[in-house]
Amino acid sequence: MWRWFHKLGSPKWFYAISGRWLPWVAVASILLLVVGTVWALLFAPADYQQGNSYRIIYIHVPAAFLAQSVYVMMAVAGAIGLIWKMKLADVMAKCCAPIGASFTFLALVTGAVWGKPTWGAWWVWDARLTSMLVLLFLYLGVVALQSAFTDRNQAARASALLSLVGLVNIPIIKYSVEWWNTLHQPASLTLTEKPAMPADMWVPLLIMVAGFYCFFTVVLLMRARVELLDRERRTGWVKDIIKAK
Amino acid sequence: MYFDSFADFIAMGGHAKYVWIAYGLAVLIFVINLISPIFKRKRVIAQQVRQLRREEIHASDS
Repeated sequence: MWRWFHKLGSPKWFYAISGRWLPWVAVASILLLVVGTVWALLFAPADYQQGNSYRIIYIHVPAAFLAQSVYVMMAVAGAIGLIWKMKLADVMAKCCAPIGASFTFLALVTGAVWGKPTWGAWWVWDARLTSMLVLLFLYLGVVALQSAFTDRNQAARASALLSLVGLVNIPIIKYSVEWWNTLHQPASLTLTEKPAMPADMWVPLLIMVAGFYCFFTVVLLMRARVELLDRERRTGWVKDIIKAK
Repeated sequence: MYFDSFADFIAMGGHAKYVWIAYGLAVLIFVINLISPIFKRKRVIAQQVRQLRREEIHASDS
């Protein structure tokens, strides 16, 4: 276990192994996203109340899932970097931020576009919506902090602290629909209960969620690999890669 | 298949504007996420190739 942990911390080893994983995850994500989208748009039945506008769920829910899990991952990676000074964890935390921000933005905007025909308003200052907006600002804060320092270790420390403090927002987002009276509907998918929709609606949703997670893995690995090439430019293994170009 | 015709599919039961904005935006976000590391990689590698050449010239001079 510790051996493995040490190996994983080695940039050279990570660069090599991620290069081997990348094509497989990419293929999985393309397959899942194509099947999910076709099913969602062409084969899933319309909602009896919302008609076809509900098809936005297949973008909105996976994006919101990703927004929150990427945040948790960023905070955990930041904490590992703080405690064990693991370079790779710092790289991961840094690379999570812009991706997470983009998916939070997507969740917010698709929510607005879905809210207009359903609630009659693009935006309401509702607990769920407001806490998601706070999440977007947290991400943007981390992105800004990461580029605000010339020293990488300082940037990593400051961003890790901010992301750890911001972690309190995650349970607030999750329970916002239960704690406060909100317009937002409660969770569509939970681990404990059978979904309140027919399989033809939730199976494609699950496929889309899986597709979004795979896509995130692909772009995270791509970003982390570039970041490693940049940070490890003085090392022999990076020079060998550059010489081969 | 849920829809009767292609026109029906595009119309999305009157919600075309909302559905297609959402899906279009999703495509845009995916593309941005894919393109930005690709460009950054090109930039980083080009920079390091230059650096390496400079070092080689220096080494042969002295």
